[in-house]
Amino acid sequence: MELILALAIGVMVGSGVWLILRPRTFQVIIGLCLLAYGVNMFIFSMGRLYVGAAPIMPRGGFVDPTAYADPLPQALVLTAIVISFATTALFLVVMIAARGATGTDHVDGKERDQ
Amino acid sequence: MTPETTFVPGHILVAPILIPLVAGALMLFYDDRHRQIKLGIGLAALAALFLVSIELIVRVKGAAEDNGTLVGTYLMGDWPVPIGIVLVLDRLSAMMVMLSTLLAIPSLIYAAAGWQGKGQHYHSMFQFLLAGVNGAFLTGDLFNLFVFFEVMLAASYGLMLHGSGVDRIKQGIHYIGINLAASLLFLLGAGLVYGTTGTLNMADISRVVPGLDGAQRQLFHAAAAFLGIAFLTKAAIWPLCFWLPPTYAAASPPAAASFAIMTKVGLYVILRLSTLIFGEDAGASAGFGGPALILGGIATIAYGTFGVLGAQGVATKGGHMALISSGTVLTATGIAVIGGGQQILTGALYYLIGSTIAVGAYFLLAETVARDEKEHSDDDDDGREPEPDYIADRWAPMMGTVEDEAAPAIGRTGSWTAIGISFAVLAVIIAGLPPFPGFIGKFAMLSGAIRDNAQVTGMIPAVIWAYAGVLIVSGFAVLIAMMRIGIRRFWASETPAPRILALEIVPVVLILAMIALQTVKSGAVLSYTEDTASALLTPSVYRDAVLSAPVVGPHEGMEQ
Repeated sequence: MELILALAIGVMVGSGVWLILRPRTFQVIIGLCLLAYGVNMFIFSMGRLYVGAAPIMPRGGFVDPTAYADPLPQALVLTAIVISFATTALFLVVMIAARGATGTDHVDGKERDQ
Repeated sequence: MTPETTFVPGHILVAPILIPLVAGALMLFYDDRHRQIKLGIGLAALAALFLVSIELIVRVKGAAEDNGTLVGTYLMGDWPVPIGIVLVLDRLSAMMVMLSTLLAIPSLIYAAAGWQGKGQHYHSMFQFLLAGVNGAFLTGDLFNLFVFFEVMLAASYGLMLHGSGVDRIKQGIHYIGINLAASLLFLLGAGLVYGTTGTLNMADISRVVPGLDGAQRQLFHAAAAFLGIAFLTKAAIWPLCFWLPPTYAAASPPAAASFAIMTKVGLYVILRLSTLIFGEDAGASAGFGGPALILGGIATIAYGTFGVLGAQGVATKGGHMALISSGTVLTATGIAVIGGGQQILTGALYYLIGSTIAVGAYFLLAETVARDEKEHSDDDDDGREPEPDYIADRWAPMMGTVEDEAAPAIGRTGSWTAIGISFAVLAVIIAGLPPFPGFIGKFAMLSGAIRDNAQVTGMIPAVIWAYAGVLIVSGFAVLIAMMRIGIRRFWASETPAPRILALEIVPVVLILAMIALQTVKSGAVLSYTEDTASALLTPSVYRDAVLSAPVVGPHEGMEQ
């Protein structure tokens, strides 16, 4: 499971980094989304990997903490997802505005040979 | 119930976040036509913030008799420390909250001269920016810091694009893109810190770090490096700073002036975390990142120096001045982290106050100075933009924007001479000539560093010499650059003086008065920053105070 997760994070971050270095705004935003997915999975894995373990302990009394997943990274990742989703949406709006304003989808607002 | 005397003092700690947040939300109830009401709410909020930040500073100084440091804590939801989020007030954060308020007041007054009407929701976004900035200064939790960073950044995206126009949108793409990427690095770093130390509370991290084993420590250093890159992008250290000058030049002047505090948020976090986590008692991690800060900081000053001389455009030069200011404090932080002594940090904090508001004033002046320089920009408020702003015109009806074509609140015109004098005084301040804070701060840094090191080792390390060299050269470059602008615009200008509103001069004069006050009260300010520096270099003070923060409420009630 660790290997699959690590590969998944690596592939997503690698593709994301390649894409945000591309000149088209569409590529940049897809790259940022992939990077955000990779980062979110990375945060999630920082609570260690559990299979079939609940993050919330039942009420009352002491229970064995090793039988439960760490709830904190799950809370963190939720916040991170919401924030990166919102800012990416805002970025998308600015990109559409830039497309309308400059007439090109190049990140510099002009084609290289112009 | 707890007695009122122990309960109330805590709540003022959350006020610097709540006041702008509530004020900004309140403004949303008003249509954009009621701009004067929004302005009124904004000014009232800033007045309240000003009073609160004075009170916070008084409280932090209050315990100066008993050992010189007081750290106030505020437990969110009354959860005990490593579990819940805690707000922490110490000398540094009280100073930074004060600084952000002092910069916000002139910037908002300037916006009232017309910029508030160039788009929607200027005032709300401005308040949310302040809420984010103050939250970042006050929080003691790494992930909460991320959230406040994002609040600040989201508001700054709106402010950056305020007024629209091709230029702003083009720069906005770069600005938002680089900040999103930096935020992802922040998240990576925060996740890795949790994975290695098992906590996100800054004080708790600094408690855990000395005891990390070898493999964990290396991972933790990687996490710190991730975080460092995220913060240094915000603080605009050299290889990560290319976004700053064009962005600040493209943003509207009041927005650019309030952005001057945002680079300082990055600086603040670097100062806070590197002294807290990599301080003297950090074991094998002590001094981590110091050399990188010194090299990067010196490179930043050098880059800013060339930029100030070489860049075209009054506002772009201002961006490079912000870089010089940033690099100066970063280098001083690096030197202090690797054990360069407390004096250099004292001077750097003093310099930070003066240079931040001075650069803010420069951005407020830049647009008026450059106004009408090109003949076709008469009807355009932005002297740098060659094209008419057809986008905003086309979209205005669609977005329900209410353009403020009529004269703003106070139509009284100000004099070109006043602008000229303010510009000259500002040149002296930013270049760091006596008697202003730029000079005092640099002098305190250099003389303190030389004295501290000469006492310990009997010789002055090369890094101090290099630092002194770039500082002096950068000041000289700023002086040349500003004199050239001044000669071209004020002495040898062929265009008639443009129409200047009194409301555009008032904020600049206000900032100059603040700087004059800082000069006159140098002794008091320096002794405050000295105590701040000594508290920063004794991380156990902050750590112990936060980790032993008392829970306020009746605890047994939580079980039910």
